[in-house]
Amino acid sequence: MSESNQLSDLALLRVENLVKHYPVAVRSFSRSTGRVYAVDGVTFSIQRGEAFGLVGESGCGKSTLCRAVAGLESEVQGVVYLEGRNLLNLRGKERKAIAREVQMIFQDPKASLHPLMRIEEALMEPFAIHNLGQPAERSKMVEELLERVGLRPEHKHRLPRGLSGGQRQLVCIARAIALKPKLILCDEPVSSLDVSMQSQVLNLLQDLQEDLGLSYLFVSHNLGIVDYLCKTISVMYLGKIVEIAPNRDLVKRPLHPYTQALLSSIPSISKGRKSQTRPPQGEIPSADKPPSGCRFHPRCLYAMERCQREPPSLLTIETHRQVACHLYP
Amino acid sequence: MQSRGHGEEVKLDQPLVVVKDLTIAFPVQDRLVSVVDSLSFSLYRKSVLGIVGETGSGKTMTVWAMLGLVPPPGQVIKGEIWFDGENLLCSPEATRRVRGTKIAMVFQDPYSSLNPFYTIGDQIAHVLNAHDQRRKDHIVEESITLLHQVGIPDPPHRIKDYPLQLSGGMRQRVMIALALANKPTLLIADEPTSSLDVTIQAQILELFSGIRREHGTTIIFISHDLGVIAEIADEVLVIYAGQAMESGSIDDIFVNPLHPYTRGLLSTIPRLGDNPERLPIVKGSLPSLADMGQGCRFFSRCAESKPICEVSKPGLTAASFTHQVYCHIYQVQACSLR
Repeated sequence: MSESNQLSDLALLRVENLVKHYPVAVRSFSRSTGRVYAVDGVTFSIQRGEAFGLVGESGCGKSTLCRAVAGLESEVQGVVYLEGRNLLNLRGKERKAIAREVQMIFQDPKASLHPLMRIEEALMEPFAIHNLGQPAERSKMVEELLERVGLRPEHKHRLPRGLSGGQRQLVCIARAIALKPKLILCDEPVSSLDVSMQSQVLNLLQDLQEDLGLSYLFVSHNLGIVDYLCKTISVMYLGKIVEIAPNRDLVKRPLHPYTQALLSSIPSISKGRKSQTRPPQGEIPSADKPPSGCRFHPRCLYAMERCQREPPSLLTIETHRQVACHLYP
Repeated sequence: MQSRGHGEEVKLDQPLVVVKDLTIAFPVQDRLVSVVDSLSFSLYRKSVLGIVGETGSGKTMTVWAMLGLVPPPGQVIKGEIWFDGENLLCSPEATRRVRGTKIAMVFQDPYSSLNPFYTIGDQIAHVLNAHDQRRKDHIVEESITLLHQVGIPDPPHRIKDYPLQLSGGMRQRVMIALALANKPTLLIADEPTSSLDVTIQAQILELFSGIRREHGTTIIFISHDLGVIAEIADEVLVIYAGQAMESGSIDDIFVNPLHPYTRGLLSTIPRLGDNPERLPIVKGSLPSLADMGQGCRFFSRCAESKPICEVSKPGLTAASFTHQVYCHIYQVQACSLR
């Protein structure tokens, strides 16, 4: 008990200066390689029981970040502390033990379930790998899991193709909670689902968070969804976090020009009124040739000469608000 | 569904497109199952019709039928599609004549809709040539003008690029340029922004508004995203499992939705900065084609369903001059008034 009190001061997950570069061939058949700066120095913490949102457009490195935290990427620099232990240094038994505490839900439930494995087998795998329960009890455990996510016990006899896309994602969620993890990394878990199914999955994630005391790193390109589920939102652009803020503040008073651009681009259904703001100009530059200085400066309305030279660092400018922009002291 | 608020359109008499009772069926286990079931709508010149529905609701099949592209073994088994005074379903020859010239289409996926082995310039030239052999001399200039129109920077150099050298947003702009090449009267866009990022999506939506403003093109815009529809459309048609649920002006649908499905759909979307503690949900999922009954196809998921909904398909109830709803709740009220 005293140990858990001690630990409670610490953040559940602390990511410091995480860097992941991919080598790429500069030209076809050429030996010389360039680099894609997928994640380039990212620092944040997730508290116990917190849902931490991460938004960004495609290619900004949000999925790579998720995979790096899950230990699915090699040659990652920086540190990822889970309750004080650096995940990136762990090997063998210790690494396997930590896998019970960090689980992941992927974007495409069709690709993350084996097409020829019945749901029961798929859900028994975590128990078998970590040697939990007697083989005879496992079937019962699978049924409990299915009920927990709102599926019927009969569903265990089906193959993934006998389920709808939403139901498959529920199975993936069941598999993720099977080992009672502390942290679940959700990489766009609802973006392949229809809106009516989307709300069911979001509500389930919310229930599980409360009932099991889970923390989430919730990655999505949809700011509306992240705002619904997460109390803290971070915004990523070309491998760097540009802003971290409580959800209310971020939506009502975005500070970084990119966050502002992102918010003004979202089509609004709020009163059926057409929004009048202009979308940001230009496209996201390629991550193998990121712009100098602040990476957003070629598209930024407020770009100054300093922005081309000097990359801004992520600074705390108000309580709970961090922003990486030269506009803010 | 006459659009309001555009002064010059009031005098226009005939709608450009009238679809009546369109039914498209596929054989499933020795019987025909309709994926689009007696769908009717009409569209006036220079307006934008948004068709909203979830996966499998028949949005794409409906517009494919307009171009004569329903893939076999599917077939149109009933209905009329009138375009500019001609019934396209009666005349395959007329369909061929208008396809690509008067009716052009922008498909969902810009990655698979361009040929990777030809340059952008070649592909535009091909479209220009296919419909008008006389333009040969001006083709390069015309291609450059088209690319310029859709906002591609530095068109004289870009026409020598292959699709893989362009980003998703740029490819979608090229697709739109191809569709605009023969100055169509009707532009059909099938989820043109679904594979794009939000900031790029906003740019493409603005491009569509510009095309409509400058060329007076009539647009049918298909999307599963109600936000996108609210942004671009004048009129909205909500479909579910191949049946029309509700249609009306943008205000009718977004401010005063009547059908339980439309109301459910609108309430389940997370809204920025305005979220409830808990999202309402629409129970269940889309029924499979083989399980479709005689009645309203939303019946099994509807919170307000009545016994009649299972056995009889609701007809149209006009809530106002612009607003139509297909639901028994409102029909009973009309009957009791009589």
